[in-house]
Amino acid sequence: MGVKLLLEKANVPGIRSFEVYRREGGYRSVEKALKEMNPELIVEEVKKSGLRGRGGAGFPTGMKWSFIAKPEGVPRHLVCNADESEPGTFKDRYLMEFIPHLLLEGLIVSSFALGSNDTYIYIRGEYAWITDILEEAIEEAKAAGFLGKNILGTGFDCNIHVQRGAGAYICGEETALIESLEGKRGNPRIKPPFPAIQGLWMRPTVVNNVETLAAVVPIINMGGDEYAKIGVGRSTGTKLISACGNINKPGVYEIDMTISVEEFIYSDEYCGGIKGGKQLKACIPGGSSVPILPANLLLKTAKGETRYMNYESLSDGGFATGSMLGSGGFIVLDEDQCIVKNTLTLARFYRHESCGQCSPCREGTGWMEKILYKIEHGKGSMSDIDLLWDIQRKIEGNTICPLGDAAAWPVAAAIRHFRDEFEWHINNPELSQTSNFGLQHYADPIHVPA
Amino acid sequence: MAYIFNDTQMAEFKRLVARYPEGKQKSALLPVLHLAQDSFDGWLPTEALDYVASLLQIEPIEVYEVATFYSMYNLKPVGKYVFEVCQTGPCMISGSDSIIDYIKQVLSIQPGETTKDGLFTLKLVECLGACGYAPMMQVGKIFREHLTKEKVDAIIAEYRQTANNN
Ligand SMILES: Cc1cc2nc3c(=O)[nH]c(=O)nc-3n(C[C@H](O)[C@H](O)[C@H](O)COP(=O)(O)O)c2cc1C
Ligand code: SF4
Ligand code: FES
Repeated sequence: MGVKLLLEKANVPGIRSFEVYRREGGYRSVEKALKEMNPELIVEEVKKSGLRGRGGAGFPTGMKWSFIAKPEGVPRHLVCNADESEPGTFKDRYLMEFIPHLLLEGLIVSSFALGSNDTYIYIRGEYAWITDILEEAIEEAKAAGFLGKNILGTGFDCNIHVQRGAGAYICGEETALIESLEGKRGNPRIKPPFPAIQGLWMRPTVVNNVETLAAVVPIINMGGDEYAKIGVGRSTGTKLISACGNINKPGVYEIDMTISVEEFIYSDEYCGGIKGGKQLKACIPGGSSVPILPANLLLKTAKGETRYMNYESLSDGGFATGSMLGSGGFIVLDEDQCIVKNTLTLARFYRHESCGQCSPCREGTGWMEKILYKIEHGKGSMSDIDLLWDIQRKIEGNTICPLGDAAAWPVAAAIRHFRDEFEWHINNPELSQTSNFGLQHYADPIHVPA
Repeated sequence: MAYIFNDTQMAEFKRLVARYPEGKQKSALLPVLHLAQDSFDGWLPTEALDYVASLLQIEPIEVYEVATFYSMYNLKPVGKYVFEVCQTGPCMISGSDSIIDYIKQVLSIQPGETTKDGLFTLKLVECLGACGYAPMMQVGKIFREHLTKEKVDAIIAEYRQTANNN
């Protein structure tokens, strides 16, 4: 069993209530931070911890916090990103549903560090029942004096408000989220100015992921240096991984980032192997936006070294032979899955979610979906593969926000690693409607542990 | 139907607006639209949008452009129970196609349509954050997960029963 810092207590009966959470040692970090520390010291501890943003980009949290502008007389805001809409990702939901006070505890400490008296949780609209759980938890924390005016008699005021979105993946992008919080369409803003200078209502704002903010609790409790000792290299602490697809035990797992991908997929402590005793074909290891990897490159790097579940190892080899840890949405595909069809559903997703501001993204995502649809339905031609490649290349890097890249990468990686499957579809328009390409890609037998 | 909040709904409206600083009441638009949709038969006709605009003291166009952007706002009437079935990659590889086909067959409707009795609407949606519990659909506030054909039958029967009892 690895170290658990976030979900250790998630299964304690009644932990959703303030009373049990507090009895289990909850809210100690608020007492420590507000009574024994000051905002600068907290930022310092978070810097020392090496914590990197858990929303997908992996930006160092302490550094992000130190960028927040502090103009005289202008309120600052912390915003918690609970939009969680990247296909394959359902970890924040788990944390908020089962141990909501952990998020609130992290939010109070972080709000104190950043000087936010009104902190907002922006949660995806579909998580309506979790909104109720959070609101109830907020009321409990308020009644116990951990939220509201003059918290624990320290003079610090903080309110947490929960706002539901209404069905738009793009609102997970931090500037679109801010627009949405202001009651507008979720159109990302051009940066600069960055939210740390002009964010919500043009005030200095920090946007952080749910898991990032929850991780502040163990960091304050144990100290940044101790936290940094867990994990490896620049992948410090623990990470929540939501595993799904064709595995025996889908679910949310907290890992310390030293375990191998192979262990994660095959050990009974985690995914428990491929369902039905089938073979592993491919995996999207960090949410739908990151490159898909064939089994051989997933378990070992191109150099033949073991691949581990951390930021550095998963991206070893760049996009040519590697992928990314991303949001921790781990999607496993078995031998019966069709890469063309899977890529088509993702292309449809990005077309649906494009906000439409930039032509390469708005038009390109539509074209990619149409062409993939043709190929999947036995109506494609060989030049379509090159056309897809060309379109994805023209989107990448040419848009206001990274959704364009996120739409381009899955298509690029599918063609890069599974071009033969696309060609097979085109050459076998009828056969491909009734059967599957399976595992024919691999010249070398895939390594599957006994 | 009159598109006006009753006292309880108005109290909730005030609670929502109070979360934001003075003069920033427009920020409450998304939650207020949810409240309106829940209060007015599950969808938002133009009259409801105009009413929300007047409550928040903003231009109707500011409401229209938001209502048309977000997929959770229904701008057309829907059935009493909306089956929003996820069709994105992780659900697809876990068998959502056969669940969608089954629902179409047993309810005799296509995506976007409502059954003649006005009870059920089928809507295909993108990832709802339940990928590990696939196939799945959202009905109202609830996620129905690990769907099988038998489960779909039971869910339909359950809602028919509830509708009959009301
Ligand atoms: C299209 C798009 C969708 C995103 N969705 C999310 C999301 O659902 N949750 C999230 O925390 N971050 C999401 N992000 C990343 C945010 O923009 C931002 O980087 C993050 O919330 C910062 O928090 P962190 O530093 O704690 O990770 C998304 C980014 C993009 C471009
Ligand atoms: S890249 Fe796409 S989603 Fe992002 S701003 Fe441009 S059009 Fe909108
Ligand atoms: S893909 Fe269906 S819930 Fe995520």
